[in-house]
Amino acid sequence: MAVRAARSAGFTAVLLLFLVLAGSAWTGDAHAAHNGTPTTQEDPDQHHGTNATNHRKAFPVLAFNYDHVRKPFEISLWILLALLMKLGFHIIPRVSHVVPESCLLIFVGLLVGGVIKAMDEKAPVLDSKLFFLYLLPPIILDAGYFLPIRAFTENMGTILVFAVVGTLWNAFFVGGMMFAVCQIEAARVGHVDLLSCLLFGSIISAVDPVAVLAVFEEIHINELLHILVFGESLLNDAVTVVLYHLFEEFSHAGTVTVGDAFLGVVSFFVVSLGGILVGVIYGVLGAFTSRFTSHSRVIEPLFVFLYSYMAYLSAEVFHLSGIMSLIACGVVMRPYVEANISHKSYTTIKYFLKMWSSVSETLIFIFLGVSTVEGPHNWNWIFVIFTLVLCLLSRVLGVVGLTFIINKFRIVKLTKKDQFIVAYGGLRGAIAFSLGFLLTDSEKKHMFLTAIITVIFFTVFVQGMTIRPLVDLLAVKRKKESKASINEEIHTQFLDHLLTGIGDICGHYGHHHWKDKLNRFNKTYVKKWLIAGERSNEPQLISFYNKMEMKQAMMLVESGSAAKLPSVMAAASAQNIQQQREEARQQKLLKISKTREAEIRKVLRANLQKTRQRLRSYSRHDLFMDPFEEDMSEVRFRKQKVEMERRVSSSSSAGSVYLARCDHKVYTYDDSQSPRSGAIQLNPRPSDGAALLDGSPQGSESSAAPQSADQSERQKPSRCLSDPGPNEDEEESIFFSSR
Amino acid sequence: MGATQTRSGQEYQELAERTGFSAEQIRNLHKRFQQLSGNEDTISREHLKSIPALANNPIRKQIIEAFFDKRNQHGNELGSYEEIGFEEFLMVMSHFRPPTLRTTEEEKEAMRKEKVRFLFNMHDTDGDGKITLVEYRKVVEELLSKSGTIGQEAAKAIADAAMLEVASTNVPNMGPDDFYEGITLEHFEEILKGLEMETRMHVRFLDVSTTNVYCGK
Repeated sequence: MAVRAARSAGFTAVLLLFLVLAGSAWTGDAHAAHNGTPTTQEDPDQHHGTNATNHRKAFPVLAFNYDHVRKPFEISLWILLALLMKLGFHIIPRVSHVVPESCLLIFVGLLVGGVIKAMDEKAPVLDSKLFFLYLLPPIILDAGYFLPIRAFTENMGTILVFAVVGTLWNAFFVGGMMFAVCQIEAARVGHVDLLSCLLFGSIISAVDPVAVLAVFEEIHINELLHILVFGESLLNDAVTVVLYHLFEEFSHAGTVTVGDAFLGVVSFFVVSLGGILVGVIYGVLGAFTSRFTSHSRVIEPLFVFLYSYMAYLSAEVFHLSGIMSLIACGVVMRPYVEANISHKSYTTIKYFLKMWSSVSETLIFIFLGVSTVEGPHNWNWIFVIFTLVLCLLSRVLGVVGLTFIINKFRIVKLTKKDQFIVAYGGLRGAIAFSLGFLLTDSEKKHMFLTAIITVIFFTVFVQGMTIRPLVDLLAVKRKKESKASINEEIHTQFLDHLLTGIGDICGHYGHHHWKDKLNRFNKTYVKKWLIAGERSNEPQLISFYNKMEMKQAMMLVESGSAAKLPSVMAAASAQNIQQQREEARQQKLLKISKTREAEIRKVLRANLQKTRQRLRSYSRHDLFMDPFEEDMSEVRFRKQKVEMERRVSSSSSAGSVYLARCDHKVYTYDDSQSPRSGAIQLNPRPSDGAALLDGSPQGSESSAAPQSADQSERQKPSRCLSDPGPNEDEEESIFFSSR
Repeated sequence: MGATQTRSGQEYQELAERTGFSAEQIRNLHKRFQQLSGNEDTISREHLKSIPALANNPIRKQIIEAFFDKRNQHGNELGSYEEIGFEEFLMVMSHFRPPTLRTTEEEKEAMRKEKVRFLFNMHDTDGDGKITLVEYRKVVEELLSKSGTIGQEAAKAIADAAMLEVASTNVPNMGPDDFYEGITLEHFEEILKGLEMETRMHVRFLDVSTTNVYCGK
């Protein structure tokens, strides 16, 4: 019932929005036309509500001045439309399972474009400036900041080969063959010369990160394939930039000499390495700045965003690869920033990035649809069909050929299934369109644009829709659903050291050896500069953290978040681990919650020779009690805990350990309760796995300080419950974070 | 090197069949073995300890111990050697071979079991077939030892939590009075299922002989 109501409400809202949007476009233009004719003399008069005829009108109680807010109004309306669309799709579950979101969004864009065109208005087009400066950076930053470094660096060689050699191959193959096609008399496109064809080839050959992210995100493919295709789409930006500028320059000049080609190669290195350098510089700056933000926590996220954006823009100034700069900045900045900033800032950064990138992506696809309808088009059957065929062909040939070479150097070889997915996942997207849009206006440009749009549509619609059933059909390995457990975490680290050690015994400087060296260099030199805080306090903080985390976990469980994490809760029964035979002490430990796991994993990660030290930031934030966090309900909570401990300790046999025995009940907090009320309301909620943690034996002296931690921890569940998409704590996982 | 030159060909072939390495790889490993042992026939723990690169490794002791552990020799013996020869060295190294394109699913499964067993042997120091809480705590402590700052408490807590997890995943219906004595091999395999050992636990073995001369080790 409610679903249907929501659905119809959604539809009506959407319909209304269509009309309003179209109406605004129309009235906006009408108003512009109207305002164009009168002289400037009349404008202040209009503002004051009088007209030219000298009659004194009554003071207007209600005036209509749309022009004043037109631009921001329309922008907001567009964004709102985009988001409502996104919302609408998830109300209709059946469609969203078959069709990827990107397709639906393009379709909506087509509709909107059609509506606007029907009203004979000029629709906003996917302007290249808008795209490259505003829409693309959030997506790339989101991807770069949460890039799974381990998988990325392990497969770096493969990714680079695909990105550089693969894109070059694609560009030249498609460009060259299209030139051959253009020579065919029947095509009537003989005027397109080789350089233009090569330019076209370089535009169309790049795999697009936005499209890849949009489609691959939904099919949950295994990490290796994901990182291969996605990494390729990110790193091929340098190649695309160089080729594009190269051919664009020379298509005006007309010829290319060997010297120019050589300069092109040099330019490639400059563009890519320069981009990375710019990113690293800004990343270090950002990390360094975050060292001093302990007194103004609220603006911490802004530093991250601004430094990254500046990195992107600075790279663009010099025609370096903005995408690589952005990625480098995010990757470099992240470990140090995370060690310095508060937990809340960290969450803010994560959610803002996800939010912006989501909005950007939605807007990009909708605009793509609108721009398609808008035109101008120059449909040339032979050109378009051949482009499509050649793109697919070159992709397949490229992937197969390169894999053959790569497999000679890889330890874990790429199977045929992997190759197929990599080839099939080579989607084109809005970057190609925007690059095409940047070309100088001509007959050729329209033809190119039409072909580009066709290829984009084909890859996004056909390949995007069919990749999911194909993945199922081919039984490609999927992403591991469960998060890494503590044991896996311990053993991942253990393996790292083991393999480094074995490699050292073999005398062979492998991947692990260099990683180890980098880690040690990082620890001894870099972290001193970029991470704030006194090292001498570390042990204290760590033990403090442990005490705190137990309390937090307990409180978290009590406030009901445990009920929302069903997968880990196996049994509610208490389990025992015999501590030492000689002691013969039965320690009744209960099943730990997933959050506890997360906390412990955090400690592990922080200390197992990794540079990330989120635990510090966590501790420091909670160490200084934030006065805004204290709340009456905190007092309530402590009362309840004491009560529980009292109740429970009677059944315990171990002396100093607080036991909490929970009989299939989870005590939740009724968040709607007024904090002023003294009554503690316990809502026993049945759940399969409910567990409370044993309190730390040394809990007493730390009882004062972690209150704020508890508070923030409690706020976390409610935020998490309203969390639409991203899974929390995934940033720590070695798996790719979903959006 | 002189005496062992005659060991080539035939012996390498035999070893290749037993361990799965190629003849080239065995040759290279033999070279390395000679380096480590100072051209003798056996190496002892001291030889391995003196590798400078290993000095910074937190689990150095366990790694070295693993070479001398009889359980890693694909036999059924327990205990440890004092010194090992090239064959034993090679056997231990064979645990780190990666799967190839031609490895079948059963072979991959067997490989995975073998690697997991190797890890298990590294943790189960007293050889009783179970990793007890004490042993596991030691593992975590060693792992965290190089960070220098983490206290005993944290290591203990982590190990406790890890044991809890193993217990809960493998024996979900434990009553309140049951003991969980230790992680058996089956349980160990179960919890590491997600890590895909056959593809992760491998080292690159050189096929082509390198002409690097290592000064010292």
